[in-house]
This record gives sequence, structure tokens and C-alpha cells, in this order.
Amino acid sequence: MSILVIAEHDNSELKQATLSVVAAAKAVGGDIDVLVAGENVSGVAEAAAKIEGVNKVLVADNAVYGHFLGENLGELVAEVGKGYGHIFAAAGTVGKDFMPRVAALLDVAQVSDIMRVESEDTFVRPIYAGNAIATVKSSDAIKVITVRPTAFDPVAAEGGSASVETLDVVKDAGLSTFVNEELAKSDRPDLASAGIVISGGRGMQNGENFKMLEQIADLLGAAVGASRAAVDAGFVPNDMQVGQTGKIVAPQLYIAVGISGAIQHLAGMSDSKVIVAINKDEEAPIFQVADYGLVGDLFQVIPELESSLKAL
Amino acid sequence: MKVLVAVKRVIDYNVKVRVKPDNTGVDLANVKMAMNPFCEIAVEEAVRLKEKGVASEIVVVSIGPKACQEQIRTALALGADRGIHVETSEEVQSLEAAKLLKAVVEKEEPKLVILGKQSIDSDNNQTGQMLAALTGMGQGTFASEVVVDGDKVNVTREVDGGLMTVSLSLPAVVTTDLRLNEPRYASLPNIMKAKKKQLDVMSPEDLGVDIAARLSTLKVEAPAARKGGVKVADVAELVDKLKNEAKVI
Repeated sequence: MSILVIAEHDNSELKQATLSVVAAAKAVGGDIDVLVAGENVSGVAEAAAKIEGVNKVLVADNAVYGHFLGENLGELVAEVGKGYGHIFAAAGTVGKDFMPRVAALLDVAQVSDIMRVESEDTFVRPIYAGNAIATVKSSDAIKVITVRPTAFDPVAAEGGSASVETLDVVKDAGLSTFVNEELAKSDRPDLASAGIVISGGRGMQNGENFKMLEQIADLLGAAVGASRAAVDAGFVPNDMQVGQTGKIVAPQLYIAVGISGAIQHLAGMSDSKVIVAINKDEEAPIFQVADYGLVGDLFQVIPELESSLKAL
Repeated sequence: MKVLVAVKRVIDYNVKVRVKPDNTGVDLANVKMAMNPFCEIAVEEAVRLKEKGVASEIVVVSIGPKACQEQIRTALALGADRGIHVETSEEVQSLEAAKLLKAVVEKEEPKLVILGKQSIDSDNNQTGQMLAALTGMGQGTFASEVVVDGDKVNVTREVDGGLMTVSLSLPAVVTTDLRLNEPRYASLPNIMKAKKKQLDVMSPEDLGVDIAARLSTLKVEAPAARKGGVKVADVAELVDKLKNEAKVI
């Protein structure tokens, strides 16, 4: 049976998460088709056709998909996906929104946020905020799966030469309309896919002090994140939150500054390759998961770190 | 307008989760249970809509064993008017929960259905969207603001990278995110009053829904423990280790 992967993109660029979802699909085995649904997505479709190991790219280019409304995408993917054995999408806010609709319309269960593929019908996923790991088997004819992108090494973005086919399927459920969006603008890499992440917690004391982390981030080419405590205290916006209820990250290097290490936060970053913790409380739980711990006042340590990094 | 709120009984969020030694699941024996935190936010939002005069009646529904009635009573104490308990001792997965809720929606005909975005036990994040698809309703998932305006509801959603607002025709489904509101505590007089509120009990058979599970859990394990590393003395040692030992900068 072949596999349908729904591309994650913003109408202009293919997101890296798509490469990880293709990697998960490859672990199942079989022909992989990629569906690009959006508005004015010819550039995204071209990029998708170059992904290593992709057989065919299907393009649904219409204004009704421009804002990725779950009602419209749900109907589209349920129709296009009918002939496939598996439907895969990234477990971002778009995939989490439309995929359960797809599953319900196809009358099948969904397996959410998988971390590993055991076989074509068996998958591993976190439950209880990552405090337990379940292996689940689906008995449905079509497996509807959302993938945790950080759990799969992305396939190569180049090297493939898939055919591109335009679909003439326009699904407007007529239930919802886009009003507006406020997206944070940043020149730094995307938090969910950055190679290095530096995050601040309640210990940062206020939003102004996050500038210190931004300066380090710019030296390292890193993204800046935050703990839920820092978000709840109003220091920084919610989209910077790393944790079970925020973003799940797994960079090469994660630097936790003034973060105590609540379970909720650890669930969002403990798959990072190298973890550094900087905290003045040497009993802080974050040190139990850190490869390198530095006990000290962050307001001394961070400026020192900045000058050492500049000297490199 | 009538608002339906679905609530789930789950392990209390403060309890440390332990995997059973035989790897069949998580140990729930003698563990404190509570209303799922996202469901508390859903109840609170419905109560606020009623206080604003937007909602006229709040019906709260829960699916599960008899003990779920505790969580229904909690919601009634917080301000819901009436409860429905779909009683079953079987495990109910998201699709089947959505089918049961669809049957309740068909009976009650609410204008708005509010659910938590996910439960903190199975972490599926599916039921609200599935219910919306099965009933042909629009959905405002991961809501941080809900504004009812005539026969529409504007929902501001927490999405990757920021916020997005959609307008939905009523009836619609809303699923709550953390920042939608801060739930209140129930007062003692309201807890006493809640005991007298109407609570109807029905079975999945009464609703004509087959709840047989499609997914089987083969095993549940504790996550691989991450070993703590070393403490470094100062920034110079840290930078040296990152550069020369870990080779990540």
C-alpha cells in the first residue's frame, strides 16, 4: 500500500518538518506521495518534488486551502487519502487541527504524535506528558498518523525527481472563514527545528532580560525559547514556550537558563542531544537531565558566556 | 443559547505517573483523580458565557465509569446547570467518544460545544475535531479567546508562530488551550447545590454507539531515563566542553 504525506508549509516555503514526516513514512515502507494543499503553492510543490524518496507530488492549489482551515483540509485529505494505506502529517498545529477530521470522515482511529514506527500498523507514542511511552497497534484499513517531527531525522531535501500532478478538488466546507493572524516575526531560526535553542525561565525575572539570551542566540545561530513559568509570568509570548503544552524541541544543543526543570518542561526538550543547565539552585531538577550543569547567577554567567563566545 | 461541555476524569495533574511493572499501562490504583485541566477551562468558559448572558443553559457530559459523576458534580458546582453521564467501564477511545458525543449533540442540539484540546492521560488531541467532523460543524481548536457574535463565533487560536482568528457559523465546536481563562474554584454552597442538580445516566447502547476500540495498546514503558552529566566550574570550562568534548558549538 502506498502512503500519503501531507506537506507542512506556509504557501511559500516547504517546512523542514515535512522531511521528518517523509522519514517516518519511509520507515513504514511503500510508495510515498506528497500532497501540497494551499494557495499559490507552485514553489512548495517544486521543493516537495525534490525530496529524496518521493514518488509523486499532488497539488491542490486554491484559495480555500490558503489558511489551512481544518474543515476544508479535512474534506480534501479524506477524499484524496481514501486510496492509501497510511496518511501522515506533522503534529504541528495545522496537522493536529485537520487530521482528526480526516480520521473521523474515514471512520478510522488516529494515532497521534508518533515517535517511532515499529511496523506498518504499530507505532510508539508518548502519553501522560511523556511520562510513559505506549506502543499501539491499529486495526483500521487506513492508518491516520501524526508525527512528532523532532523524533525522526529528516530525509534529504534534494535528490528526488517526483512527478507533479495538479488535483482539481476544491472542498469548501463553508463552516469557517479566516479573520486574521498575528505571527511573530523573527530573523532567528524556527524554534521547533533549530539546531541550537537557548531558553529562559522564571529566573530571567522579566521580559527585558531575555535580550541577554537573544544576544547569545545571535552568536550561535540559535532560537530562543522559554519555560511555561516565564510565559505565564508574562515575560514572553506563548509561541516561545517549550514543553508538553508548548513546542517539542530536540536540537543538538539546548541551553536552559534560570529554568528549574518542571516535568512539563522536560517533556518538551529532553530529547535534545546535549543539554546545558545554568541555574543558581544546585538542587534544581534540570541538573538531573543536563549533560553540563553550571551552578551560578545567570546575570553573571550569561554576560561571561557572551564574551567567551565572541572570543571563539 | 445552549452550551454543551464535555469533561473527562483523568489522573490529577500533580500526581507522579508510574508505569506498571508488567508494562500493561499506568498504575491508577489509589491515585488521586480529577477533572482534566483543559476541561476545567472549558467549563469556566461556558460559565463566563452564561454570566455575560450569551449562554442560557450549560449541559455537562462525561463518558466513563460511575466515578465520572464526581467530575460532573464538580462542573455543576462551578456553574453548569445539568449533567449527562454516559456510563461504561470499557476503555473509550477518541473516535468512539466523538460518536457518543455526537449522539448527545443530536439529542440536546447545543449551539456551542466546548471541550478541552486534549486530555493529559492519552494526550491525543482528537475528540473535539472528530466530533466537529461527524456533526458537520466548524471547529475553533486551541482557543485563547472566544467571542460569540449573533450566529457566529470568533475564535482566536494558538497556532505555531502566533495567533490566528477564525469565524465559525454556529453551531460550532471549540477546544480550549491553556490561556483561554483561569478557572475558578467551586464555593461550598455551590458544591451543596450541585448535589441537587439533574444528572441523567445513559449507556452507549442507549445512544446506539458501538464503542469497540480500534487501537490496542501492546505495552507501556517508562521513558528512557536521561543520565545527569557533570557540573562545570565556570563559563570557560563550559565553553571548552561544548567546543571540544560535545562538539556542538
